[in-house]
Amino acid sequence: MDVVEKKKLKVATTSLAGCFGCHMSFLDIDERLFELVQRVEFDRSPLTDIKEVGPCDIGIIEGGLCNAENVHVLKEFRRQCKVLIAMGACAVNGGLPAQRNHLPLTDILSEVYLSSPGLGNGLIPNDPELPLPLNQVHPIHEVVKVDVFIPGCPPSGDAIWKVLTDLLSGQDPRLGHGLIHYD
Amino acid sequence: MSDTFTLDGREIPFEPGQTIMQAALAAGVYIPRLCYHPEFKPHGSCKLCTVKVNGRHTASCTYKAAPGLQVESNTEELNTERRTLVQMLFVEGNHFCPSCEKSGDCQLQATAYELGMMSPHFDHFFPDRPVDASHPDLLLEFNRCILCSLCVRASRDVDRKNVFALAGRGIHSHLIVNAASGRLADTNVALEDKAVQVCPVGVILKKRRGFAVPIGQRTYDAAPISGHVQGSASLTEE
Ligand code: SF4
Ligand code: SF4
Ligand code: FES
Repeated sequence: MDVVEKKKLKVATTSLAGCFGCHMSFLDIDERLFELVQRVEFDRSPLTDIKEVGPCDIGIIEGGLCNAENVHVLKEFRRQCKVLIAMGACAVNGGLPAQRNHLPLTDILSEVYLSSPGLGNGLIPNDPELPLPLNQVHPIHEVVKVDVFIPGCPPSGDAIWKVLTDLLSGQDPRLGHGLIHYD
Repeated sequence: MSDTFTLDGREIPFEPGQTIMQAALAAGVYIPRLCYHPEFKPHGSCKLCTVKVNGRHTASCTYKAAPGLQVESNTEELNTERRTLVQMLFVEGNHFCPSCEKSGDCQLQATAYELGMMSPHFDHFFPDRPVDASHPDLLLEFNRCILCSLCVRASRDVDRKNVFALAGRGIHSHLIVNAASGRLADTNVALEDKAVQVCPVGVILKKRRGFAVPIGQRTYDAAPISGHVQGSASLTEE
């Protein structure tokens, strides 16, 4: 029992079609980060710069899906993580990027790269290294099973802390009034 | 001595003619609702207020109170069904709360909080609903309409103008503006109209007024929507 309790949980985090605001909010747990790293160890995350996600207990996804690479990374996270968390409005419902969803992708690309003012010799980027954009932006639960959601744009550090500590103590995460918000 | 019925084990007095919703409100019990507004005739369409009366589902905003009824409202079963209804409303429209002027004052959002809605659960429709910005002082943001018909009732019964109507059936239901052009600018709607005040979500908006109240001071920042019913506990309080 002792051994099991002392073993640190592995946590991976990533930002897909997000703005890193949720990760910034995650850092807003401030000195509680010290408490957290007593209990968890980070795998792939902007905090570690590890590029590929390994087997983890918890995966935290910021951002929705706007291109093929986002989908690939999300599926890797789902494959490797026992518990997958959607963190923030974009992961939960597409958020701001999804406000392009009623516009045809070709119109958006030509507006941005060909016809917007100030562009000379505009070109729609077509380097094969670039991931292809999806026709519409999707929240992550539309592609993989998501176990836990933390809404908010961004969720507060307190909300993220509440969900993580609930999970670490084996409870169903709950956000009461003031912690649950969509804006 | 007035008659009573039982709501979640509590005796609720009522006046003859009152609905279960009206009697519950008077007794300080919050029942989730979106299309019911105390100043208007009930519409019975959103079904958020569904309770079980003697074991059968019914809308509490239209069901008349009667002596001895056994009514269940704040149960896990009913709140789960209500949460599902709210989730469907979210995915049918385009609700991006961070960029919505109504956020913090919105009854759909506050009701979703009250019901502990952590995600929209379903696949999003992402419908294409162009806004009507024709009016100099008012914006119609159709993406957020939940078809509660409160603006329709207010415009018809209070303003006597019939500016708004619901058209279409089922998933094709939508809000229309009563003008040959279909544009709000071509109606006699006025800023002071009841119809302009009553929308529970962020559809009928006064231009140049957005985000006037800072976060922390908006309607549902201090207390959840249940707390706005005098005397009521929240749904999750023991
Ligand atoms: S109407 Fe309400 S639920 Fe919809 S986007 Fe605005 S605040 Fe959110
Ligand atoms: S515009 Fe507002 S008040 Fe009118 S039906 Fe839609 S949600 Fe209800
Ligand atoms: S509040 Fe009763 S059906 Fe909408």
